[in-house]
Amino acid sequence: MTGTEISTGTRSPLWRNVRVIRVALQVMAVVVVFGAIWILGTNLRDELIAKNLPTGFDFLNQPTGVTIADSSFKPSSPVWAALIAGMKNTFALTIVGIPLVTILGTLIGVARLSTNWLVAKAAAVYVETIRNIPPLLIILFVFNVVILPLPAPNDPATPLDWFVISNLKIVGPGFTSSPGAGILLIIVILALVAAVIVGRWRTRYSDQTGEHHHRMLWGLGVFAAIVLVGYVVTGRPVAFSLPVLEGRVITGGFGGLGSYFAVLAALVIYTASHVAEIIRGSILAVPRGQTEAANAIALTGFQRLRFVILPQAFRFALPPMINQYLNFTKNTSLAIAIGFAEITLVTFQLIGNGFPAPQLILLLMGAYLLFTLTISLIANVINRRLQLVTNR
Amino acid sequence: MTTTTIPPSPKAPLHRPVSPSVWMKQNLFSTWYNSLLTVIFGVLIASVIVALIRYLVSIDTEIIRVNLKLYMTGRFPAEQLWRLWAGVFVTTAGVGLFARAIVRTAQMKATTAGLEFDRSTPWDIVRRFWPIGALVVFTLSFTQTITPSLLTLAAAAIGLAAYWLGGGLPAWIIRRSWLIPLVGTTAFYFVLVGYGGVGWDLWQGFFVNIVITIAGISLAFPLGIMLALGRRSSLPVVRYLSVTYIEILRGVPMITLLLFGAFALGFVIPGDVQFSLFLRLLVAITLFQSAYIAEVVRGGLQSVPRGQVEAGQSIGLSPWKTTRYIVLPQALRNMIPALVGQFISLYKDTTLVFIVGLLDLLRAAQVSTAQPEFFAQGLESVVLPFVALYFWAGSYVMSRESRRLERKLGVGVR
Repeated sequence: MTGTEISTGTRSPLWRNVRVIRVALQVMAVVVVFGAIWILGTNLRDELIAKNLPTGFDFLNQPTGVTIADSSFKPSSPVWAALIAGMKNTFALTIVGIPLVTILGTLIGVARLSTNWLVAKAAAVYVETIRNIPPLLIILFVFNVVILPLPAPNDPATPLDWFVISNLKIVGPGFTSSPGAGILLIIVILALVAAVIVGRWRTRYSDQTGEHHHRMLWGLGVFAAIVLVGYVVTGRPVAFSLPVLEGRVITGGFGGLGSYFAVLAALVIYTASHVAEIIRGSILAVPRGQTEAANAIALTGFQRLRFVILPQAFRFALPPMINQYLNFTKNTSLAIAIGFAEITLVTFQLIGNGFPAPQLILLLMGAYLLFTLTISLIANVINRRLQLVTNR
Repeated sequence: MTTTTIPPSPKAPLHRPVSPSVWMKQNLFSTWYNSLLTVIFGVLIASVIVALIRYLVSIDTEIIRVNLKLYMTGRFPAEQLWRLWAGVFVTTAGVGLFARAIVRTAQMKATTAGLEFDRSTPWDIVRRFWPIGALVVFTLSFTQTITPSLLTLAAAAIGLAAYWLGGGLPAWIIRRSWLIPLVGTTAFYFVLVGYGGVGWDLWQGFFVNIVITIAGISLAFPLGIMLALGRRSSLPVVRYLSVTYIEILRGVPMITLLLFGAFALGFVIPGDVQFSLFLRLLVAITLFQSAYIAEVVRGGLQSVPRGQVEAGQSIGLSPWKTTRYIVLPQALRNMIPALVGQFISLYKDTTLVFIVGLLDLLRAAQVSTAQPEFFAQGLESVVLPFVALYFWAGSYVMSRESRRLERKLGVGVR
């Protein structure tokens, strides 16, 4: 038994065996983490029982006693309905805010790189001022200094007779709909699809024949024609409406609470300053040769930006932009400070009304995760497509 | 054979002086639309400046003068204020010593590398930190007695003296310069709390914003490093646990954590143990920040080339030693700019404690506008910009410093 000594060797002891160590460490991690969760969970249950609070989620069906401004929500409605109403308001902020942030941020980011000294400096001052101020402070400022001094709800201003503006509510022109509106909405969506198909066809046509595609013109034409025909066929279900003031009640028009606009404006102003920096960085990241190439084929300044620089810059910009969209969504929770009933404020009120805080906060976190995961999912799909199309 | 004579190139000045009219033609009126933009923006900016001047002339800063103590320290007992000033002295002394230690470290490194050491001139320091100095002067202009100004001067003198004395610190302290903030923080705590002092339940006002920022980041840092290492671990269970924690906390707003700290943390803590609101919020903020710090640390770890780890393994270091002596030192250096970014973001976010009722600077401002003599006079338009200045000055200076560091460390340009 002399030749095999090396292969059999002396077995390393158990505590020095890599595989054993790996398994042991992982088991230890699981035991520590889940042990801690179990202990804290037991505490939680005991404390809830001691304070006479429900330990489950049955309270979701109880009436809330909470009112939510500007919604059909009644204090007798159940808790889950209040949470849904809050989520709707959070959604209303996010869905309007994200496009606005993108547009304003891009404009400012481009302005910072303008050859016009005054424009560039103004944009730089805006960015350096706004992004170093807490968003909560901007929200409080807009609400207290811009919205609250507006006329009282019983005597609102009505500029041009198109708007009804008070510090409670701001309403502008909108649409009223009658039963056929649903069908018209479907027709509009179909028209959009048709316009996209026609636009694609024109692009292909242009690629094959070399003639100008005019795809915007064609697309818009098809869209307008289909919508117009649909509008007449469905019996003109949608009408233009101006807000009308009757006593203290505003009928018609389209608008929202003053606090909604305060949060929206403040967060758009704040987030745009961050988006502007991203856009600026991304434009600078486009290789200089691209600008020179665009100049060499005599593109105008606008064409250079539109067809050469921005398409490439947006590819760099998208991942950090996703982050800003997520930040915007999370920052809508600051609306709690001025009493706009998004999901955080609703939760806060429910806790104040004696519903169990731990479960509600768990649901609140779940709601935000739903929002943020959805946004990052959508954005990541777009990102992957963008990168795939261009990776050669 | 032809000889071409190369004409001696005229030495063109780097910055040719441009006459104002030419400069304006180039930068403001180069094309018709640029001229249009200049006019539009000129009018806009002029109207903003006019509005700003009108505003500055019209405002009555009485509310700030009356409430300055409330803004800065909340309801800190007046007879104990000397402790806070002593704390300020400890802080400036510590900052002075620490600054000197950093300068000396840089000096030593430059000498060993045989490089010229470019020392910042006092003028550089003024240019880099003027917003903070201006803010201190601005704050002092609202005081009603001369004592705070004198004490501030004393604090500045102590800081300078400490910087000068730092030249005599033994080398072993310089090599362990992290000792200085550690000792400083401990001293600060004892000056404030020791022998019948003021516990953190009464730390309020702008003071608490600063404390929460520094404490939040410092406490979250070890947890963040652990999470980041966990996320890069080769053990799947550890990795998944870390990723779950990081991604959940990064997906929710900080307010939810503050609500958790204010209303739910008491439920999971056993028995009759009672923590103050300040402490509960600090725990919540630490838990929240650690997820973000983990991502910062991960970025730093990823910036260390793989060859470094392999080099460590090849000389027979254990995984732990490779991490501790090879990877982390390089990673920590590279993550400083991002860490400063996180610091700024928490600094701004400390205002959120407002919502759960801790009397921070913003809450104090809100409270002051509800006082009977200032109620409903639209004084938010005075106090909110005042509060904004504090956050702006700090964030602005830190963000410029972090960009400067980024350039100096050459992060991203290796």
